[in-house]
Amino acid sequence: LAAMTGGAAQAGEGLEPNSWEDVTTYCNYYEFGTGKGDPSANAHSLTTSPWSVTIDGMVDRPGEYDFNEILSEMTIEERIYRFRCVEAWSMVVPWNGFELADLLNMAGVKDGAKYVAFETLYRPSEMPGTQYRVLDWPYREGLRLDEAMHPLTLMATGIFGKPLPNQNGAPLRLVVPWKYGFKSIKSIVRLTLTDKEPPASWNMANPGEYGFYSNVNPNVDHPRWSQASERPLGGGLFARRKPTLMFNGYEEEVAALYDGMDLTRFY
Amino acid sequence: MMVDGLNALLRKVPTWGIYLVGALPVPWLFYQGLTGGLGVDPIKALEHEYGELALQLLLIGLAISPLRRFTGISLIRFRRAFGLLAFLYVSCHLLVWLVLDVQLPDQIWADIVKRPYITIGMIGFVVLLPLAITSNNASVRKLGPRWRQLHRLTYLAVLLGALHFVMLVKGFQIEPLIYLGVAVALLCLRIKLPSRRILA
Repeated sequence: LAAMTGGAAQAGEGLEPNSWEDVTTYCNYYEFGTGKGDPSANAHSLTTSPWSVTIDGMVDRPGEYDFNEILSEMTIEERIYRFRCVEAWSMVVPWNGFELADLLNMAGVKDGAKYVAFETLYRPSEMPGTQYRVLDWPYREGLRLDEAMHPLTLMATGIFGKPLPNQNGAPLRLVVPWKYGFKSIKSIVRLTLTDKEPPASWNMANPGEYGFYSNVNPNVDHPRWSQASERPLGGGLFARRKPTLMFNGYEEEVAALYDGMDLTRFY
Repeated sequence: MMVDGLNALLRKVPTWGIYLVGALPVPWLFYQGLTGGLGVDPIKALEHEYGELALQLLLIGLAISPLRRFTGISLIRFRRAFGLLAFLYVSCHLLVWLVLDVQLPDQIWADIVKRPYITIGMIGFVVLLPLAITSNNASVRKLGPRWRQLHRLTYLAVLLGALHFVMLVKGFQIEPLIYLGVAVALLCLRIKLPSRRILA
């Protein structure tokens, strides 16, 4: 953990992290219930050890990788990122993790692969929320390969220098800071390299409201609410709204990924 | 009989007691929000608590006459209190949304016209306004039979309220559907079926 404070610290410059309580008691993890407090109340039932991640599809070294084996190969660093939920609230989270690019390189991405598909664990015996079909389980997400390889894209294994609490997606989750939070899929058990745009849970549930890209964009509203501003959590009952930043404030780093794309169409 | 005993007991309950107990959660929840008792996002929590209580009170109000019809238990004396309390909570819910949640006046209007679930919630509030204003003995006397007709708008308001809840959640969620189901069921109990003639 010595290297935890290295790397892209510039991405977190000037950001004041929310409290441990904010980050760990206010979660969207529908496998444990749809209330914001449900995951912290219910996720203790999740067994995260042993844990393995299947990496398959268009890779040179497909297989089932033990989580500890992955960790031993990776360099953990701290990244303080803005976190913007599609529901128009936001936090600042100090993550610990490694770049997704490093994991993908470990498995060796084959030529022709264009996307990465992700899958969350689906284990009804430990996930009380899955008895309702709130979504089509297991939870699935996807990134374009260039998004996945971007140096800001993180595989988080911890917060505040501690291992990820279950409700935050233990033991391994994605963090894509310029996209709405639901893209940052939790408790990952599978990554599949593919040449087709993979299915994404919220997009499947309601394609008119949730697109594949889901980039934070104050100019493209969610059909049911405006995305122009957000409520930063942690400020109590009288917290002021603040304007939402294009790509959640990471425009300089990621805007080039979407050059020439109509972001109102590819939302 | 047990029902008579219960009704006799209920007659001893003063209506001001219902108002008092029913209104207490307003300051209590606000205090909880101020002091961290409503969690990390007290604005949303308070908005939700007030809204859900409003819906529950509307449903209680709607359940009173079927309850009397099927069990003989009469809460009719308290129906106005439940209705006015429901209006109180709807108003608090709306105020939290306006003042603490959205904050920006231009976005408030944009939301009301552009977002169907907000439009529907807003219509529900507007529908309740004349009902709250006429929930007093003077209006009952003055309006006569029209008072009863006017107050059937409660049926519309409760449907709008439940629909508002169903429309605002993400994914397929059970809780708002239960509210809508209960509302529809309570309204169905009021439908008077034409007596069928039995043909030989």
